[in-house]
Amino acid sequence: MPVDLKADRLSLGYGERTVVHELSMHVPTGKVTIIVGPNACGKSTFLRGLARLLPASSGEVLLDGKSIHATPSREVALRLGILPQGPIAPDGITVTDLVSRGRHVHQGWFRRWSSQDDDAVTQALTATGTLPLAARPVDELSGGQRQRVWIAMALAQRTGILLLDEPTTYLDISHQVEVLDLLTDLNEAEGTTVVIVLHELNLAFRYADHLVVMKDGAVVTAGNPNEVLSEQIIEDVFGMRCRLVDDPISNTPMIVPIGRHRTANGEVDRPE
Amino acid sequence: MSAGVVETTRRRESARARAVATALLVAAIAMFALTLSYGDFQISLPDVVRSLLGQPTPPGVDYIMHDLRLPRASVSVLAGLAFGLAGAIFQQLLRNPLASPDVIGVSQGATTAAVVAVLVLGVEGGIVAAVALAGALVTALVIYALSWRKGVGGYRFILVGIGIGTVLTSITSYILTRSDVKVAAEAMIWLTGSVSGRTWPQIVPLAVAVLILAPMALTLGRVLTGMQLGDDLATAFGVRVQRSRFALLITAVGLAGMATSAAGPIAFVAFMSGPIAVRLVGGGRPVLIQAALVGALLVLVSDFIGSHLLGSRQFPVGVVTGVIGAPYLLWLLATANRSGRGG
Repeated sequence: MPVDLKADRLSLGYGERTVVHELSMHVPTGKVTIIVGPNACGKSTFLRGLARLLPASSGEVLLDGKSIHATPSREVALRLGILPQGPIAPDGITVTDLVSRGRHVHQGWFRRWSSQDDDAVTQALTATGTLPLAARPVDELSGGQRQRVWIAMALAQRTGILLLDEPTTYLDISHQVEVLDLLTDLNEAEGTTVVIVLHELNLAFRYADHLVVMKDGAVVTAGNPNEVLSEQIIEDVFGMRCRLVDDPISNTPMIVPIGRHRTANGEVDRPE
Repeated sequence: MSAGVVETTRRRESARARAVATALLVAAIAMFALTLSYGDFQISLPDVVRSLLGQPTPPGVDYIMHDLRLPRASVSVLAGLAFGLAGAIFQQLLRNPLASPDVIGVSQGATTAAVVAVLVLGVEGGIVAAVALAGALVTALVIYALSWRKGVGGYRFILVGIGIGTVLTSITSYILTRSDVKVAAEAMIWLTGSVSGRTWPQIVPLAVAVLILAPMALTLGRVLTGMQLGDDLATAFGVRVQRSRFALLITAVGLAGMATSAAGPIAFVAFMSGPIAVRLVGGGRPVLIQAALVGALLVLVSDFIGSHLLGSRQFPVGVVTGVIGAPYLLWLLATANRSGRGG
């Protein structure tokens, strides 16, 4: 079921400090949205705000047109899932048990575990290629396997929209690509709306249907990466000069950074 | 075949959890029977059963059963269940093995309140239980309030709790040193944690509390499968985190407070039961029933050791559990940071 998610002049912060200022954004339904920005730009905070993990200091998040904080948490959990950054699994938990936790909202006082839940868990494990690990303790897995298991847990919740906060952190390049491929599979197969906060710019540009560039708690630009990016925007946002070239594999923009050293044409990091 | 792996793993884990619970229940019943039957005056098991059922028994049996051993065995079971359950709830909720009510000051709250009631105000009987319970609740609320920063984080809660516990322990010591030696000596036995010489008016309130609070805890405990993964994921699963945590903590505080008022703060039972249950069940699932049964078994066995197996002298149960628990606490402190799970 498609889910409509929108931030309406949303401000978020911790204590006195405001991190996100009156941000409005419509998450494109059925697409992969990737949010990038320098450290401390508020992208993770914004994602947590979208998922009602943080209360809004002003403005609101609208889930299917209704304020997310006014919607019962269980109802939200049936439509929107989030995988926060760096979750910690209980010691000794098995892959099956962890992924089964994703079914929490589908359990209830009168609804016990059913074969439908088993199927959802099995499908999530299959989609993430972790079915062979089903009986293993999570502690024993490699970082890449573990990340896929966490994603499987989020998939098992079966929500129309899935938010992920830096799902590729601590993974080597092959596993980063694997995770993004996996999320694209999910988007294509199920029509799930996916929102990812990502650090790796070139992968973000490649995998985003809709790219959101943030700085200082505000959106600098948003749209198709091929249309909205420029060398000037990257310099403004990340404080670094660069060349944007064509990614020969995906025909999306690719950043080639320019520093003070190792430049062949005498081009260095200062205004031309 | 592929659909089978998930189902098989899940069934295997549930089966083990059930088997452990059953084994613990059988062991606790056996220890309960042994406590009733064994002593200077041996009572055969058939006589134990006859006496419990109110049928005629040899002379002296009914007195020893109903006035001495049954109260002792009952308070052991009830306090053990309550401490075990309360400890497991605290630890699993705050995701830290140090977070049990006897480490973070809740039991000390009950103790200090009871000591003030008995030694300073001269109160007796059922009122002491009520005061102890109030002491536990007030202490828990103070810890909760002091560690509140837009929600309660596990680690802050524990540190504040340990601090409060230390303050309360000093207050208790101060009152004891100011009191009459004889009264203070009696209070000391209770302070160590003891199940001997309990009377039914002391036990019945605990029994009622366990009958009400234990099912409540098990029902509320459903959210633990989510809460174990942290507040963010619990919220993502639709759990109302602050509300659930508060309800569970209050229930656990009630259990720990009532058990303390009936049997004293039996050292480390709340602290050890959960981790032992987790070890027995394996995996990462929350284990409340098993922890409660481990608690009951720990108190029954420790009391049996203290009263029969340590030579001619009898020791209160809290001495025995203290001897078992202290090395475990040290081991936990020594290894907690190594695995990076201090909090």
